[in-house]
Amino acid sequence: MFEWWDSFWSTYNTVVFGIGVNAMLALSIYLTLSCGLLSLANAAFMGIGAYAASLITMQMDWPFPVALAAGGLVPAAIALVIGIPTLRLSGVYLAMATLGFGEVVRVIILNLDFTGGPMGLNGIPQKTEFWHIVLLLALTLYLLARMRRSRIGRAFEAIKADEVAARLMGINVTAYKLLAFVLGAAIAGVAGGLNAHYTFTIGPGNYGFENAVDLLTMTVFGGIGNLVGPVLGATILGVLPEIFHQLKDFLLAFNGFILVVVILYLPNGIWDPRRMRAFWQRRKAAMQRGPVDA
Amino acid sequence: MLEQQLINALCLGSVYALFALGFTLVFGILGVINLSHGAIFMLGSYTALLLVDKFALPLWLALLVAMLVSGLIGLIVDFIVLKPLRARNAPHLAPMIATIGVAIMLTNLAQGLFGAENKRFPQGTVPEDSINWGNVQVTTLQIAIVVISFALMLVLLVAMKRTQLGRALRAIAESPKAAYLLGINVEGLFYLTSFAAAALGGAAGVLIGLSFNAISPFMGQPMLHKGIAVIILGGMGDIRGALIGGLFLGFAEVLSVAYISSDVRDGVAFGLLFLILLIRPSGMFGKVMERKA
Repeated sequence: MFEWWDSFWSTYNTVVFGIGVNAMLALSIYLTLSCGLLSLANAAFMGIGAYAASLITMQMDWPFPVALAAGGLVPAAIALVIGIPTLRLSGVYLAMATLGFGEVVRVIILNLDFTGGPMGLNGIPQKTEFWHIVLLLALTLYLLARMRRSRIGRAFEAIKADEVAARLMGINVTAYKLLAFVLGAAIAGVAGGLNAHYTFTIGPGNYGFENAVDLLTMTVFGGIGNLVGPVLGATILGVLPEIFHQLKDFLLAFNGFILVVVILYLPNGIWDPRRMRAFWQRRKAAMQRGPVDA
Repeated sequence: MLEQQLINALCLGSVYALFALGFTLVFGILGVINLSHGAIFMLGSYTALLLVDKFALPLWLALLVAMLVSGLIGLIVDFIVLKPLRARNAPHLAPMIATIGVAIMLTNLAQGLFGAENKRFPQGTVPEDSINWGNVQVTTLQIAIVVISFALMLVLLVAMKRTQLGRALRAIAESPKAAYLLGINVEGLFYLTSFAAAALGGAAGVLIGLSFNAISPFMGQPMLHKGIAVIILGGMGDIRGALIGGLFLGFAEVLSVAYISSDVRDGVAFGLLFLILLIRPSGMFGKVMERKA
């Protein structure tokens, strides 16, 4: 029994770690989306967090929790600075501007000296334990769940539904948007810090457009109506490559196909409580009526 | 030296403009960001290569067929992916992500079919002669690229401004519902737009493939980024804006590589984009569209 577990764990621990980190990232995207912001900057914030945390453990040799905290705070501070002008934009324009921001961050990291330039940082100490990820993911979930039911969560929902109406109701739209943006950046940054401390090496190419798209994909695939969706999306898209690894060269094509199918046929993602409830009710009603065809 | 750089910039910029034109056309009329445009651009390039290499077609004919093929791919993508989303009035995010899925599929399929390595047009099929003016060297290929790009863009601009079809398209861009009530075949024109946009993207693919003489399954992604930057620079859905934005980006890139460093090349497009969005949120020529309370 334990032998089985050991061999499973040694083969798949990176997959499990990856799923946990991606779930946090997907939740950070969920947070911005729940406030109606289509931001693609979270991959860049993840990168900033990863670099900040790794530099602290590598150069200064400070304890891991401090590094992770910095991994959250640095991107949050940057998000605060760039958020004020950027969040005036909405919809597709915001998506494109944040995409631009990500690209600029990549080029800056690529050209700085202390970030290791194109080589990135190597030999990051492996400090991330499984329970770190579980704890921080649980903390994120708890925080977001509490927020959903609070004044802040309702303000987000109002802004998402209709910005103008929300402003007329006296909601400080700019402040709440900024809050969602900054908090999303902090979560993504911590996830980046966790990620850097088990992958051993990070580079400027790890946090570009593809990653931004991957994160968005996970979130939307899972569903953005509630907190289960993003986590489930990260899990399924993390497990799929392991199950279908015999597809090898065409694995990505398969991923793309799944993405298209989900968007076309499950517009609210795979975790869609309303659809499921409707499905079970139909089922129950059909059972009560008895077989129709007979 | 500057003259030479300006000519290279014009050549690059005109292809950027051509690519972005298809992109902006789809956004202007369908109201959709089609992120599979880069993949279609890449497939256009491969089609031309295949035709020249395997069937020994002359380049101009290969270009035409490649446009047709990429147009058809665009049409299929529209029919399978965009049409159902239109039908249910899906929010912006849905077509964006669905077309990302399409782009991933097409790129991966191309990689499986043609291999991941760079392919080149066979020796002797790409014209290599050039004209010299003093210390400036212009290749026939560069002239052809600029002429073809501008000719295609001109055709589109005139069609949009002067023909009944163009008027119908502009009516749809204004409001699909009103256009429908006026008896315009909206769905048919959506298909036509997708076809034309993809054909332009394919043409840009052939021209870029010829000018760098390197075709790979991954050439679509960086081009897509530039296309995004261009249509934002020029104002989304604005045809003139895409033209000027494309040329502007070409000049900005070539000059920054020449006078600053080649490392910044990829950052230029998005750095500019980021700045412009902050100063003018709807691009250089875009109209500000905001719902006022």
